[in-house]
Amino acid sequence: MRHWLARQRYLVDFTLAALLRRKGRNLMLLFIYTLVIFILASVIFFGSALRHEAKAVLKGAPEVTVQNLVMGRHAMAPPEWVEKLKKVRGARRIEGRLWGYFYDKANGANYTVMVPSRYDRKNALKDGETIIGAGLARVRDVRRIGHLFLLSPKGKLMKLKVKRILPETSELVSADLVLMSRGDFLRFFDLPENGGYTDIAMQVRNRNEVAKIVEKISKMLPTARVITREDVLRTYENVFSWREGVVLAMLSAALVAFAIFAFDKASGLSAEERREIGILKAVGWETSDILAMKLWEGGLVSLFAFIFGVAAAYAHVFLFDAGVLAPVLKGWSVLYPQFSLTPQVDRLQLATLAFVTVIPFTAATLVPIWKAAITDPDVVMR
Amino acid sequence: MIFDPPVMALLLASAFSTVIVALGAVFGVHVLLHWNLADGHARQIRMEKRTYLVSTALMLVMVLQLATLVLFVHNADRMAVLFTGAMCAVGTLNVNEYGMPAFLIQVAVFFGAALWLIVNAADNMGRDYPYTRFKYGLLVLLAPLVIAGGVLEWLYFLNLDPNVITSCCSKLFTPENAGIQADLSSADPKLALYALFGGLALLMGLAVWAMRARAGAAAYGIAGSLFFIVAIVAIISAVSSYIYETPNHHCPFCILKPQYGFIGYFLYLPLFLASAIALGIGVLSLWPLPDSLRDRLPMRLHHLVLVSAGLFAIFGAVALYAILASHLIMFG
Repeated sequence: MRHWLARQRYLVDFTLAALLRRKGRNLMLLFIYTLVIFILASVIFFGSALRHEAKAVLKGAPEVTVQNLVMGRHAMAPPEWVEKLKKVRGARRIEGRLWGYFYDKANGANYTVMVPSRYDRKNALKDGETIIGAGLARVRDVRRIGHLFLLSPKGKLMKLKVKRILPETSELVSADLVLMSRGDFLRFFDLPENGGYTDIAMQVRNRNEVAKIVEKISKMLPTARVITREDVLRTYENVFSWREGVVLAMLSAALVAFAIFAFDKASGLSAEERREIGILKAVGWETSDILAMKLWEGGLVSLFAFIFGVAAAYAHVFLFDAGVLAPVLKGWSVLYPQFSLTPQVDRLQLATLAFVTVIPFTAATLVPIWKAAITDPDVVMR
Repeated sequence: MIFDPPVMALLLASAFSTVIVALGAVFGVHVLLHWNLADGHARQIRMEKRTYLVSTALMLVMVLQLATLVLFVHNADRMAVLFTGAMCAVGTLNVNEYGMPAFLIQVAVFFGAALWLIVNAADNMGRDYPYTRFKYGLLVLLAPLVIAGGVLEWLYFLNLDPNVITSCCSKLFTPENAGIQADLSSADPKLALYALFGGLALLMGLAVWAMRARAGAAAYGIAGSLFFIVAIVAIISAVSSYIYETPNHHCPFCILKPQYGFIGYFLYLPLFLASAIALGIGVLSLWPLPDSLRDRLPMRLHHLVLVSAGLFAIFGAVALYAILASHLIMFG
């Protein structure tokens, strides 16, 4: 064992020295390899950071949401549903929610207008007051004015005193949020007093009971659509994984190009290199030694490219907020939240990355390496 | 659902392995038919040169197979959130009929690949490459397995339907049900634990014997390979229950989850590696000893026995820790 280790160490020593002797050429390869890994790693890191963010956001969401459907379209849920749902055992904090979207013609942005939950004491509002998200505050210059003016869909102007601006840390969910009291909400959208709710939210004490409760609700309210938090989570997971995968699949063209480049580099041995292999063989190296050396060469280049590429991608995604990729993976809108991603790297991602980069590189260089290694010394030294 | 990065990585790996193993097997047939070191024919020289390429490529593939198994299971575990009813890798693997066979073949390939790597290393030690025929014969046997594994993996991932409601592990690994998983779960935990630790003690004894005699190495190899089955049964019927601290949960995959401190990896990795090495020891010591390796192979076998026994000891220590650290009391 010790003998084997020592042998590998000498091989690595020799290989490193040989690599450094042909600096220009190997740095070029290293640079392109690093670039490929950088791009792929950025996609993977960014995708999973977004998934992680979505998961964190949904932690506070209600376990079950019930919506009313009329002709397959979303409709207001009748107020008596709340009473009915209160009879479902295991469900608690059943509450009709009022929220909607509002298109602001002034700046072309969409707001989410919402009545704060009854259980949310911190954000309780009186008529004429509002709490808004930080993104909206930026767009409407609210910090200076102190009031928010909204032109309702019916054309009436509404003046709301801004009680508070939500912290920027929650911007991912609250950038476009306008909270107002129930009375203001009904007036703003011109809704009847007993017109029902946008949807009904409920908490479930025991998570294992969610499926049973959903079943009960669907029996009780056949026209209802019941959405669980798990469903939403699953959808996010799917959507982001899918986007990430599609981007990766598109980048596979780059990967193929890189493999061709690596193949070309590895097969085009310079006369000097050939002579080197010939001499090594003449002084007693075996084919397997040359192979081992060449494999070490590929391994070392891969290792360095991997470290540099991953480090650069980490900086790109988590320090510079993935400027290059963000539009593809996040989606976009006028009032887009500004947020920094939480650094989030796991073993699975790194393994994935290693698989998709090192395998093509190794596959492409294998045959050229072998061709170089089996050269007979007399052929090259003649 | 193939547009998922880890899935793409796995599929890439399996495509790469399948192609190389298939080509290697074709070459392997040539070797089996025509290999003759004493022959100076151009075909023999060409073949000798080509073995370097094939051996290197296969070495990479086999190492890749070992890594793939871990990634495959880890990925299945992660994807459990995507499927209704799945709580761990079992649920994900049961989404369609290809998942479980794909996994089991991966396990078989893992052992085959490890065996191949050990034989290959021994082959390279001898001046006359004594195991070349054997090695390529093994490859020809292993190739259908690798190819089947690759095909099943593709079928599995292509047919993953998120709308399927799958079975959770707690449903499969219950003594009350029918099926092999249920039978494994219903094994008597007391007996299983006796077999586990008794088997470990026996293995340590055999390891000492293996240091002295070739017959000992053979016995160790056979016992070590069989012990794998004993250990898996013990994990399912007793050790897992200790980890979950509930006598009714027997799933061998949930212990890989983060909430149990990834203890499953600490159990399985040493166990798989140790058993695979034991398999290699068994095969090498049952095969007649070639002259060219008369001095070096016994040394190598000693090393392998040491490594394997050490890994078995780690496995035993982790299992013991899991039992002692648990608040569950199953006996007494």
